[in-house]
Amino acid sequence: MIDSRVLERHGLTPTEYERIEQFLGREPNLTELGIFSVMWSEHCSYKSSRVHLKTLPTEGPQVLQGPGENAGAVDIGDGLAAIFKIESHNHPSFIEPYQGAATGVGGIIRDIFTMGARPIALLNSLRFGSLDAPATPRLLEGVVSGIAGYGNSIGIPTVGGEIVFEPCYAGNPLVNVFCLGIAAAADIVKGVASGVGNAVYYVGAKTGRDGIHGATMASAEFDDKSAEKRPAVQVGDPFMEKLLLEACLEVMRSDALVGIQDMGAAGLTCSTSEMGSRGGAGVEIDVSLVPQRETGMTPYEIMLSESQERMLLVVKRGREAEVERIFEKWDLHAVRIGEVTANGRLRVKDRSALVADIPNRALTDEAPVYRRPMTRPGYLADVQILDLDRLGASARWGESIAPGDDVASIAPGNHVLLMLLASPTIASKRWAYRQYDHMVRTNTINLPGKGAGVVRIKGTKRAIAMSVDGNGRYCYLDPKRGAMLAVAEASRNVACTGARPLGATNCLNFGNPERPAIMWQFAQAVEGIGAACRALGVPITGGNVSLYNETDGKAIYPTPVIGVVGLLEHADRVVSSRFRESGDAVVLLGEGRGELGGSEYLKLVYDQVRGVPPLLDLERERALQALVVALADERLIRSAGDCSDGGLAVTLAECCFDGGEMGTEVSIDVECIARDGHINDAAALFGESASRIVVSAAVDDVTQVLERAAAAHVPARVIGQTGGNRLRIAVGGRIVIDVLIGEAERAWSAAIDLYFAKQIA
Amino acid sequence: MKFAVIVFPGSNCDEDAYHAAQDVLGQHAEYIWHKDTDLKGADVVILPGGFAHGDYLRTGAMARFSPIMREVQAFANRGGPVLGICNGFQVLLEAGLLPGAMLRNRSLKFQCEQVHIRVEQTDTPFTSACRKGQVLQIPIAHGDGNYFADPDLIARLEKDRQVIFRYTNRAGEVIDGANPNGSAAAIAGLCNERRNIVGLMPHPERACESVLGSADGLVIFRSVVQSIKSGALVARA
Repeated sequence: MIDSRVLERHGLTPTEYERIEQFLGREPNLTELGIFSVMWSEHCSYKSSRVHLKTLPTEGPQVLQGPGENAGAVDIGDGLAAIFKIESHNHPSFIEPYQGAATGVGGIIRDIFTMGARPIALLNSLRFGSLDAPATPRLLEGVVSGIAGYGNSIGIPTVGGEIVFEPCYAGNPLVNVFCLGIAAAADIVKGVASGVGNAVYYVGAKTGRDGIHGATMASAEFDDKSAEKRPAVQVGDPFMEKLLLEACLEVMRSDALVGIQDMGAAGLTCSTSEMGSRGGAGVEIDVSLVPQRETGMTPYEIMLSESQERMLLVVKRGREAEVERIFEKWDLHAVRIGEVTANGRLRVKDRSALVADIPNRALTDEAPVYRRPMTRPGYLADVQILDLDRLGASARWGESIAPGDDVASIAPGNHVLLMLLASPTIASKRWAYRQYDHMVRTNTINLPGKGAGVVRIKGTKRAIAMSVDGNGRYCYLDPKRGAMLAVAEASRNVACTGARPLGATNCLNFGNPERPAIMWQFAQAVEGIGAACRALGVPITGGNVSLYNETDGKAIYPTPVIGVVGLLEHADRVVSSRFRESGDAVVLLGEGRGELGGSEYLKLVYDQVRGVPPLLDLERERALQALVVALADERLIRSAGDCSDGGLAVTLAECCFDGGEMGTEVSIDVECIARDGHINDAAALFGESASRIVVSAAVDDVTQVLERAAAAHVPARVIGQTGGNRLRIAVGGRIVIDVLIGEAERAWSAAIDLYFAKQIA
Repeated sequence: MKFAVIVFPGSNCDEDAYHAAQDVLGQHAEYIWHKDTDLKGADVVILPGGFAHGDYLRTGAMARFSPIMREVQAFANRGGPVLGICNGFQVLLEAGLLPGAMLRNRSLKFQCEQVHIRVEQTDTPFTSACRKGQVLQIPIAHGDGNYFADPDLIARLEKDRQVIFRYTNRAGEVIDGANPNGSAAAIAGLCNERRNIVGLMPHPERACESVLGSADGLVIFRSVVQSIKSGALVARA
């Protein structure tokens, strides 16, 4: 019955099949084969990535829960824990953008409340092809409205995130969603099954045939037949999830629970075997008791279904009626489908017939682990070469903004600045976050579009800042340094609010790991993440790996996305990037090196993705972040803006936006790197050197800011002051940018709306 | 003074309304589950925002059948002050306690942003502490906030001074660009003929602390506290 075709359909190799036979001491039946196939899929088993992930730093005095549970947790004082994780829903979102993104949000929310936490904030990191590519608007609209549809209904604010446009994601958009919740540190709930004879309960939506083999789908490349995989995408019901959320939190407060886990990837199979495995116990269930939405479902289908909004609970003996009553209150029915056993096995019955009998550990801890071959990809040698002297003159440099505008001859960089501000990756994402309820729960004190999201913690003086960041272009040019830069940027964004970074979560989006070049990128990126997290004191507490992001054999840029969470001791000392008062000093912390490798400028003006990404001195970065946190805490600065995509000029413009059109005038040095003068100007304005923050401070505080910087060995100097209604930047004493803030802000804020308006017209 | 915050399955601004009344105003607030049949001595009833019963049929359409709604109606009939915020406003429309209906926003998208509304009338328990013409900055967060009524009804609402809040610009001028959702006559909030039931789409409970970007919503809650204390309202649940 089980031949090579059946194995191939299940994504299992002949060697893996032999291992299955060894574990069972016999041939598996089809249900058992299905169970193995989902648990041993890349998505559930991390078989290609596990050896590398083991090298990541996961410990620290603040870490209450590291990787291995439904989510990670860090101590935020006052007896509270912040529980957070990031997860991908890339493949489903490509096939069905609305539902793919919506169920991604639903899944990560369940991971958080499963730990006993009240979810209070969502972030998302999205990547699409160019905005003018044919499929992008449809995918973008679908994904954004899917996130909005789910998050808004359930009442968890989406407080930040990033949206990036790059041709390599056209056939493989990335949808990474992050959720954070708050729990009493002493009451964190785990996904364990223990206590022989304790009842195993099923609660939530009924089981249907949707999403069968979703985990296996997420572990394969796409081709032109992928659209046919639509039945493997699930449909979300945020109302059901809202009921589950409230009911589960109420049950957890009752102390009647042993453990709980949501049925996400691999559904009932994953939750039963993982809970049993963690608790060192066995679980026996009867699939005929599982509430079903469709008739005639086989045990195979019930065990593999990925229907959404379902939870598995283990309840203390004698407390069953109490738990059932709480669910009844919320019009949910908790159904007893089995019990905890002592034999360490997953036993599945269909009434009296035993349909699967597998040792739990074979499905979890002893799933295959591969140390896949790696080779440095050949493309690197070429793309890392960037000869600025051969770039030639930019047609855009010196171009007028409007006909007859003679400012261009005096300020030749104006046009390029406006182009950068209007480029979809840099432009305001208000179009998207306006669709997200970012204020519900009345905690949001730093609105989306301004660096990290910040939510206060009611009942305390504290607030939590969080940011998700990645840069596929940097990682394509140098996966290790690119990954380090992603950690540094996420952490820096958090620090720029005044929050001390505490911990991190990662979502690793890569191509097919069976290709040695991809595996090399992966290993390098993990090395980079590890180095940066260690140096910056942000251990990884969990995350997710998404491989096989390829369509027709073409992989995405290697794209690790990092979420960093930080703690603000005093919520009322939060700072944002926006300049606040006219006449303040503008201070640059850190220094530029005129680095244009992998920059938005190089891409936009020369259509080139080349060079090496900016250097990163981790020791310098750590000092810089600690400095800005201390300056904010002592109220010595009034704003802090991280310098990243588009360089210093774009950062300065962004610091002026949303501020009643208050401008700034600054003067910076030439960072001589090329023969051509205008390239040197561009490098100073738009180079993306790391470890830089633009802060503003009252004139009386400037000396202290500079002294503190010197003591921390962070380069710092006053580059100008706030005021007026123009952004005016001189490089080496010559004005190269001189624009009205209103004009710059219009270019930045209207760009994405204009793309959609053009679409309709 | 006691605020009752009605909790429907799918309500998600219930905790925010509770927080505004209990923690910011320093009044007493209590959650009332939709299956309850007793308002437990409340002086004010708030129907909070959210997606009651999932709003899968029409916004607010199912919630009016919840058992507590009979009590809310009886409370209102006795003259008790009832405030419907966002989804709560939609429930009041579906329950026939306020006239008119909601359509999808003209953008066809959910919109969450700060808007300005002008206080049109001050003789309701929720606007008594306002100045007539006062402009408040309060956020909206809805997909179906495009108020609709036929011209006859609009004329009647205007004549009877039942339009309580209108979308305006910062200067208090009614202009199309300041109407976030396409509402007829730029209506952001209404009252009933007896003037004790008020519904509005913007979220005053999200604008009660300056750390959140605006404290302009406080005056709406302060109004009702003042109205009750002054004895202008006597009904009790």
